[in-house]
Amino acid sequence: MSHHDHHDDENPGVSRRRVLECMTWAGTGVLWTVTGGVPRSLGLVDSAAAAEPAGMTFLQISDSHVGFDKPANPNALGTLEEAINKVKAIPTKPSFMIHTGDITHLSKAAEFDNAERIISQAKLDVHYVPGEHDFIDEEVKLYKERYGKGTKGAGWYSFDAGGVHFVGLVNVVDLKAGGLGNLGNEQLEWLEDDLKGKSKSTPVVLFAHIPLWTVYPQWGWGTEDGARALEYVKGFGSVTVLNGHIHQVMQKVEGNVTFHTARSTAFPQPVPGTAPSPGPMKVEDAKLRGLLGVATINFKQNNQPLAIIDTPLQG
Amino acid sequence: MISATLRSPGIRRLGIRSLGIRSLGLAIAAAMLLHVNFASAEDAKVENTNVETAKVEDTKVMIDNFTFEPAQLTVKVGTTVTWTNRDDIPHTIVSAGKFRSKTMDTDGTFSFTFTTAGEYKYFCSLHPHMTGTVKVE
Repeated sequence: MSHHDHHDDENPGVSRRRVLECMTWAGTGVLWTVTGGVPRSLGLVDSAAAAEPAGMTFLQISDSHVGFDKPANPNALGTLEEAINKVKAIPTKPSFMIHTGDITHLSKAAEFDNAERIISQAKLDVHYVPGEHDFIDEEVKLYKERYGKGTKGAGWYSFDAGGVHFVGLVNVVDLKAGGLGNLGNEQLEWLEDDLKGKSKSTPVVLFAHIPLWTVYPQWGWGTEDGARALEYVKGFGSVTVLNGHIHQVMQKVEGNVTFHTARSTAFPQPVPGTAPSPGPMKVEDAKLRGLLGVATINFKQNNQPLAIIDTPLQG
Repeated sequence: MISATLRSPGIRRLGIRSLGIRSLGLAIAAAMLLHVNFASAEDAKVENTNVETAKVEDTKVMIDNFTFEPAQLTVKVGTTVTWTNRDDIPHTIVSAGKFRSKTMDTDGTFSFTFTTAGEYKYFCSLHPHMTGTVKVE
């Protein structure tokens, strides 16, 4: 395992953003606790997971890419199943699961059906948001038929659980040439309205496929109008942003906002700038499962710390 | 009119398969066959088509590492451009209001024949940082 801290490269020496970026790359997961805006690693995932979690726990899985069969992982359905088996083995049953998109690779009906068959084995409620790979069927209807009930626009919605307000956002439609992920005006207006009237002490979780913060624009890893969404959550005491799309764990804390991206259950992608493109990264077979995984997020009520545990399929 | 109808599908099919010399030969043979079958009052126009087909070179754009190569292209009116996706991730070719490919998986291709001069900017609607331009003269 390796992790490193670095400051925002675009604004060297600028302390305004108080940016601390940590990246857990290969190997064993780390339990993160956030106190006073600074994430601290508490220990390896095995000892962390063994501790009895207090408060509400939910899971994040992402980027299953069911149907993917290229050299980086010829059996994406198989590794999704391994991830779900990990979920089933968690001693304290999580409240629910979120899936941050790219359920399928090519939006084929059979891919959606296979994903559903495996994910449903976790016997948890699953709240989905779509990735760009879930909207590429000819009529762009298969995702919406399955997961669009009760959602607005291209599939955004909110719900409350365990005293936390969850908002699922869609930033993979109507993308503009040369741009990044896109939320669009209609969704942003809805978000502003959705958050109105919520007590500022309510913890808020925003989840979407493409990172809402700018990770690496050269590879399109960011959301054009993500800053507007973050503007609406500014006054809230605790905000957590959960994303997928980049197939690796990255974490950043900025003021009251913790940003986190999850591993894929299908294949890893390179660290920004370390490869010619963000395409699937072929690693030795023995290393693959150390780079795929699931995340557990634990909210402790009436207490500051928020814990995100990233568990690879194989440590 | 017939001339255009005859030529266009041949080239299109050609693009969807591959631009190999053998396919090219087959396409020309097919065009000639049609020419013989349909030879009539439209004869002269069909002849013109064959001359044009030989003159305008069809062009390929490769997609490797989330990049169009070449990203900037200048072609003559009548040229068919064929994009081939060589990434392990699907891509699309979209020129707003002009043309739009289906999603191309690995080794998938898309061909478009440019019949009007102008500048055609296009991008991948899944990875919008991927952009390219075809200038048609």
